Amino acid sequence: MTALSESGLVLPRYRRDPEGTHPPLDSPDYKSTGLRHPKQPLVLLPHKLTEITGPLLGPGRLGELDNDLTKQHPEEPQGQRIVVHGRLLDGDGRPVPNSLVEIWQANAGGRYKHVWDNWPCPVDPNFDGVGRTITDNEGRYEFTTIKPGAYPWKNHDNAWRPAHIHFSVFGTAFTQRLVTQMYFPDDPLFYQDPIFNSVPDEKARNRMISRFDLSRTVPEWALAFEFDIVLRGREATPFEDEEDE
Amino acid sequence: MSTPSQTVGPYLSLGLPWADGPTVVEEGTPGAVWIRGVVYDGAGTPVPDGLIETWQGDAHGRFDHPDDPRGAQPGFRGFGRCPTNDDGEYGILTVVPGALPGEAPHINVSVFARGLLHRVVTRVYFPENTEANAADPVLASVPEERRGTLVARRSEDGYTFDVRLQGEGETVFFDV
Ligand SMILES: [Fe+3]
Repeated sequence: MTALSESGLVLPRYRRDPEGTHPPLDSPDYKSTGLRHPKQPLVLLPHKLTEITGPLLGPGRLGELDNDLTKQHPEEPQGQRIVVHGRLLDGDGRPVPNSLVEIWQANAGGRYKHVWDNWPCPVDPNFDGVGRTITDNEGRYEFTTIKPGAYPWKNHDNAWRPAHIHFSVFGTAFTQRLVTQMYFPDDPLFYQDPIFNSVPDEKARNRMISRFDLSRTVPEWALAFEFDIVLRGREATPFEDEEDE
Repeated sequence: MSTPSQTVGPYLSLGLPWADGPTVVEEGTPGAVWIRGVVYDGAGTPVPDGLIETWQGDAHGRFDHPDDPRGAQPGFRGFGRCPTNDDGEYGILTVVPGALPGEAPHINVSVFARGLLHRVVTRVYFPENTEANAADPVLASVPEERRGTLVARRSEDGYTFDVRLQGEGETVFFDV
């Protein structure tokens, strides 16, 4: 599709997500949104060349052990070893191959290896909590890591974040860039977490919860969780870009 | 059926920055400029736990991407990322992109931070392109009194582009 027509370039467009899929920027229960959410309405950005392209970050971005967070130090980290795997898909179920997936997380006790995290839970010298990988030809990714612990924060009285892994993905277009969090099934902390609950639509919210995957557990070694990430899909038919829209 | 967005949280600097993230082009590249700025919250306080990402075409307005119908132009990464420091400052070393068909030269910017449940997106335009900016359809869609928030200012080594998440002089953000 390299057509150049008189009225402009023929470009794909990306479907906008239904209302309720993403959290409102102004979500008062999550206090940090108070001074950080824009108050002016967002201006609609048409999908032109800068929006339908995006960084294709793949090989060259990885170290050898980046997808195994249990092997980045001479000793193994504390905690429950887990395999986290899934597929990166677009909104039409098509895999997104050769695409960078970045994760970061707390250790088994719920502490991040970050200078600002100083709640009384030990740092694990054998765990950095940072991983990267590239999806394969079928959009699959896999990490070996440790199940992160819940951790307290000061958002409200006795606030605890449910266990989660931060995920960052790019897809193939600027419109598809996504940072999210993967949660674990049946977490008793969901009900009191304003970040998890900031997603208005319940079905959308539940898409952030991974699935326990017995078939991918490794006997006498690791539990497994499956987490597919779905990015925005393209409009069915690319249509002509009008010159003066 | 998209997966919802969630905040990067306060510890994003563990997972997202890269050593070469801020340098879209190598130091010493002809025409290289620093785009520097501060990210402010609604109280005018610098945001020390944020991240800026940039995406742009090369000096000729071409992208290294198969969906560019003019053909992919290999070799230009086009992508920059820089966490904000304790003073809310970021800096990206890049080249000014070329014009695009029907659009003035611009750089797309994503802002991530604790307290942002979804990235916010803005654009950097360049002050010297008076005519192209005046004809740009995206700038034209922005209320005139707010357009200035999208235009960088000249600085000693490039440009200044501050981001105000909220309040007076609030940066224009886009619904992508
Ligand atoms: Fe977290």
